[in-house]
Amino acid sequence: MIDTGDTAWMLVSTALVLLMTVGLGLFYAGLVRSKNTLNTFMMCIAAIAVATVTWALVGYSLAFSEGSWFIGGLDYALMNGVMFDPIDNPFFVDADGAQTIPHLVFFAFQATFCIITVALVSGAVVERMRFGAFLLFAALWSVLVYAVLAHWGFGGGWLVAGGTLDFAGGIAVEMASGFSALAAALVVGARKDYGRQAILPHNAVYVLLGAGLLWFGWFGFNGGSGFGTNNLSVLAFANTLLTPACTLLMWFLLDHLRGRRITAVGAATAIIVGCVGITPAGGFISPIWAMVLGFGVAIPCWAVVAFRPRTRVDETLDVLAAHGIAGVTGILFIGFFAQAEWNGLADGLVFGNPGQLLDQVLAVATVPVYAFVMTYLLLRLIGFLMPLRASSQEEGQGMDLIYHGEEAYATGEGAILIRPDTPIEEVLAGTKR
Amino acid sequence: MKLVIGIVRPEQANDVLESLYNSEVNGFSVSRVQGHGGELDRVETYRGTTVKMGLSEKVRFEIAVSDAFVDPAIEALCEGGRTGEVGDGKIFVVPLERVVRIRTGETDDSAVTPVGA
Repeated sequence: MIDTGDTAWMLVSTALVLLMTVGLGLFYAGLVRSKNTLNTFMMCIAAIAVATVTWALVGYSLAFSEGSWFIGGLDYALMNGVMFDPIDNPFFVDADGAQTIPHLVFFAFQATFCIITVALVSGAVVERMRFGAFLLFAALWSVLVYAVLAHWGFGGGWLVAGGTLDFAGGIAVEMASGFSALAAALVVGARKDYGRQAILPHNAVYVLLGAGLLWFGWFGFNGGSGFGTNNLSVLAFANTLLTPACTLLMWFLLDHLRGRRITAVGAATAIIVGCVGITPAGGFISPIWAMVLGFGVAIPCWAVVAFRPRTRVDETLDVLAAHGIAGVTGILFIGFFAQAEWNGLADGLVFGNPGQLLDQVLAVATVPVYAFVMTYLLLRLIGFLMPLRASSQEEGQGMDLIYHGEEAYATGEGAILIRPDTPIEEVLAGTKR
Repeated sequence: MKLVIGIVRPEQANDVLESLYNSEVNGFSVSRVQGHGGELDRVETYRGTTVKMGLSEKVRFEIAVSDAFVDPAIEALCEGGRTGEVGDGKIFVVPLERVVRIRTGETDDSAVTPVGA
């Protein structure tokens, strides 16, 4: 039965989650050097283009149609049967209770999750990866890694069927992107200046604005993951306000203890970490425990952000810390503090159900391994077909000029207009591209 | 005393700084400039508008040195600034008539010698 109220909210939620990817682009663009602003932003925009198409063609079906414990089938490939009635996969009709929104809306909502997860991984390889290689990577990753883990966590695969709780994507979005980012950073390698020169965020205002847009969009991400306007969605919505606020306060404290100053870029990071922490737990824990989670999740993530630059691993924008580690924390937190009184489904260890913690540990033990290994192999494979990264000379000039032929902050000084009817050969003669 | 002016690629500026420090040339000014030195133009397109960018971003080092430091300064600029491609920049060496350190009123060689050297 379609519920119009539920459907209306899910339409809005879908748009909110899509805005997150643009917000992420702004967040990432502010964190890199000015010569790489557009390329960094464009990786997120490209994720929208590539992942939407792969999702419609095959990704959605592999994640959400009836299949095996590992991966879904091809029933919904090419959007076959994705229409106005609710999804008819028996897993959703029987086990979870039938949905009250059109299948098309569910499809679009889930597509935006795939998009942002692909965009998140780009944070590990910005400022040196070739744009063409990234497009191919995005297409293959969205199917081979995201769709599979979405099946495990949401679509009837072995984790969700076995009782692991993941409200809005601690498995498929957060742990998947975080540990894939680590693998991608290892295969693509460090930027040529990494560890040799100070590389600073070029616009901290973009970083804060991007984080703010992400938080705004996250109300659709978590608030829509009850697939309606039910209690779970309402609880997750409120928790999406509470948790990041607490993470911010804890991050302030940690920043202050280390440097005697509270940093803006740190605050932006804290917003993301808080939102990620509450993502898996949103509809399952009480508001007061969500606040505890907010304070708690800051600690391991802050530690990894502080430690990572001491290594040779140039996981450039700390996707592992902000998403991988925060996702792990949120997934495990459910095992302790899930409360049937609030979620109507299951209690955690603290409320007398130690089995739930075991289910959660199962996800933490397997999902990072799958994401890391698959991403590592996939990038090695693409590396055989084409170079993964720009030459060190191109890296020096910046990706914006090399791959896009544009500058983020063009002044126009010294620009000579070329008449529109000039043949392209003539334009390019005596120039470098 | 000479004023050594080095115009280099922005992406080489950090390498130049490193080689200057290694050569113990410690006093200089740095500014961002735009110029044209015969290198190939870049083509950029913004919607329907295609342009050739006739001016390239460069970084300009101005280094006032006593005679003994002229060659080390030039070597450091070359070492840090060279990529081998057109557009690596130029070095100009011009005579200096007078140098005054404002704080003490010291002049000439003692004014271009860094404090503590």
